[in-house]
Amino acid sequence: MEVPLIKIEKRNDAPMALYFFTPFIAIILTILGGGIIFYILGFNPIEALKFYFITPISNLYGFSELLLKATPLCLIAIGLSFCFKSNNWNIGAEGQLTFGAIVGGGVALLFYNQDGFYILPLVILAGAIGGMIFALIPAILKTYFNTNEILVSLMLVYVSKLLLDYLVVGPWSNPEGFNFPETRQFSESSRMPLLFEGLRIHAGIFLALAAVMLSWFILYKTYLGFQIKVSGLSLKTAKYAGFKGKTMILVVFMISGACAGLAGVGEITGPIGQLHRMISPDYGFTAIIVAFLGRLNPFGIIFASLVVALTYLGAETAQIFLQIPKYTGQVFQGMILFFLLASDYLLFFKVKILNLKKNELRH
Amino acid sequence: MYKNFLRYLISAFFLLGLGTSANAEFKVGFVYVGPTGDHGWTYQHHEGRNAVEAAGIKTTFVESVPEGADAERVIRQLAQSGHDLIFTTSFGYMDPTNKVAKDFPNVKFEHATGYKREHSNVSTYSARFYEGRTLLGHIAGKMTKTNTIGYIASFPIPEVIRGINAMTLAAQKVNPNIKTKIVWVFTWYDPGKEAEAAQALIDQGADIIMQHTDSTAPVQTAEKAGVWSFGQASDMQRFAPKSILTSIIDDWAPYYVERAIAARDGTWGQQDTWHGLKEGMVAMAPYNSEMGADLVKEVEQLQKDLASGKAHSFTGPIYDQKGNMLVAEGKVADDGMLAGMSVYVKGVEGDIPK
Repeated sequence: MEVPLIKIEKRNDAPMALYFFTPFIAIILTILGGGIIFYILGFNPIEALKFYFITPISNLYGFSELLLKATPLCLIAIGLSFCFKSNNWNIGAEGQLTFGAIVGGGVALLFYNQDGFYILPLVILAGAIGGMIFALIPAILKTYFNTNEILVSLMLVYVSKLLLDYLVVGPWSNPEGFNFPETRQFSESSRMPLLFEGLRIHAGIFLALAAVMLSWFILYKTYLGFQIKVSGLSLKTAKYAGFKGKTMILVVFMISGACAGLAGVGEITGPIGQLHRMISPDYGFTAIIVAFLGRLNPFGIIFASLVVALTYLGAETAQIFLQIPKYTGQVFQGMILFFLLASDYLLFFKVKILNLKKNELRH
Repeated sequence: MYKNFLRYLISAFFLLGLGTSANAEFKVGFVYVGPTGDHGWTYQHHEGRNAVEAAGIKTTFVESVPEGADAERVIRQLAQSGHDLIFTTSFGYMDPTNKVAKDFPNVKFEHATGYKREHSNVSTYSARFYEGRTLLGHIAGKMTKTNTIGYIASFPIPEVIRGINAMTLAAQKVNPNIKTKIVWVFTWYDPGKEAEAAQALIDQGADIIMQHTDSTAPVQTAEKAGVWSFGQASDMQRFAPKSILTSIIDDWAPYYVERAIAARDGTWGQQDTWHGLKEGMVAMAPYNSEMGADLVKEVEQLQKDLASGKAHSFTGPIYDQKGNMLVAEGKVADDGMLAGMSVYVKGVEGDIPK
């Protein structure tokens, strides 16, 4: 009697060119998978996919909204790539975003009704520092007390969200706002300048592009970048090479936190214009998908942030035009990650189906 | 030169976007803050939309739209894709609604529970939920054995404080020993938190639970603990058949149908609507027979009197917690005072969170 047996083996000859190609495979599979879901839900899959992926960006307004949505995702993912590349699992970017927004928003409120060219840069700087400080907590606990950074950074998300709740309900709430949980609208002096009249896209996009350039430079042209990459490939090698692991951990968390903080401050000084409880629809978590879809590569992340941003816009358009449930957006994001991980797995491991005689199994 | 070119380009793209999607059919759009299946706030707005659809008018909705940066895009997309009337059904959409309304003067906008009408194509509407609270207070005052009413409150905004006060005043009228205990949960929808709050109130001796939050968790907790409760926004009877005495129902359907027809026929005008029991925007679910026929009769009479204007939820004398007079004997509170209400009346325990 023959029994099929599945055996999983590591491939030694995994082609690296394919490694950068799997995100595209994942996206194509997601689109196919989405088409099947739409078909099962009773929609014309071609039409649904058109409303999902083409209609949202078929005019300049839509395209500018895509860039607006991609900006925070790109910024956070760039920061996360430093952590992930060096084997530091910062899951709490959402918390760092929130804390950055709190600190930046606090400065904006401090300068309420004041004018000055220096105010916006101060607000932005405060946001970056806020995110940085908040990311340092899990980093310090990891380096000096050996705690698990995944847990600590994740739990701190709730801490920062509760702090924001407290501030907008209590001490920072708008005195003329009938106790609604929100602050005053920031003055013009602490708002991001708009790039085009009538569109919401703002100067924050340059922060994201600068972050992309800078991260490319750091990762590929500096000693720090080399350390990060070696630590990511093998911690033992890094130690053997004499790298000071602790400093590097602190630095990558600081970079990551600063980027998330910038994303937060970009949202509140850009499209939102005040602090309230809904400043981020979980950008900090979605950016994890973006970072991996972009292969932790700065330019890959630009591309990935646009793709993921499109799943948000597409979900809205598909509901407006076809009344497809909006939650399909989350299904798409989930599928992208699933197919990406699956194709990576198949890239590095091969699945062998062996047919063995039953008595051979015992050996 | 470059700037001009850009401007042409932008307007061309805008026109393209409008040209491809605009058509002659009259359409109404709805923006919801929650999922259509929340069995509370959004569910009732969705029922209203169904009524508009049943009246032969085409509608569209977008659910679970966060009250942050995304709201403006969704509202704008609805305006751009040929919707003639757009209902934005949560307070957090106030600024985005007004912003989009400025750019689409031919589209009508209706914002629920807000107070800003910055352009002539923006109306606001809300319901006098407090009239329902008065009926709940009357029932609670009669039904409680422990003289303690537990109240789960969301945010200390005038609407919520008004509800607490209306309920307490009505309960005091039939039972002077009544105490109102409040737990602030600082959320509109969080079943876990709401259930915990309900349990905490029950542990403190409350034998009546009412809520100004949207999930069914409080009534289910009350059902398990064997105490009375009241449903919120929609008839929640099937979630706690033994415990629920009645529910306050937000019935948006007549208003939505009326406004949609007005917009279609060109008779729509800007207004600030605040409808209650009289117009049917606030309605009561069937009363639990455990209340007894006499009490049901009393409450139905009070309901009629509130609707006809013979009775008012805030009839003087009304005192605040410190004993200062808010409304004099024989007077009723005016809408201005109701709209800005920010102090508790006497008999409510604790302080308003600041």
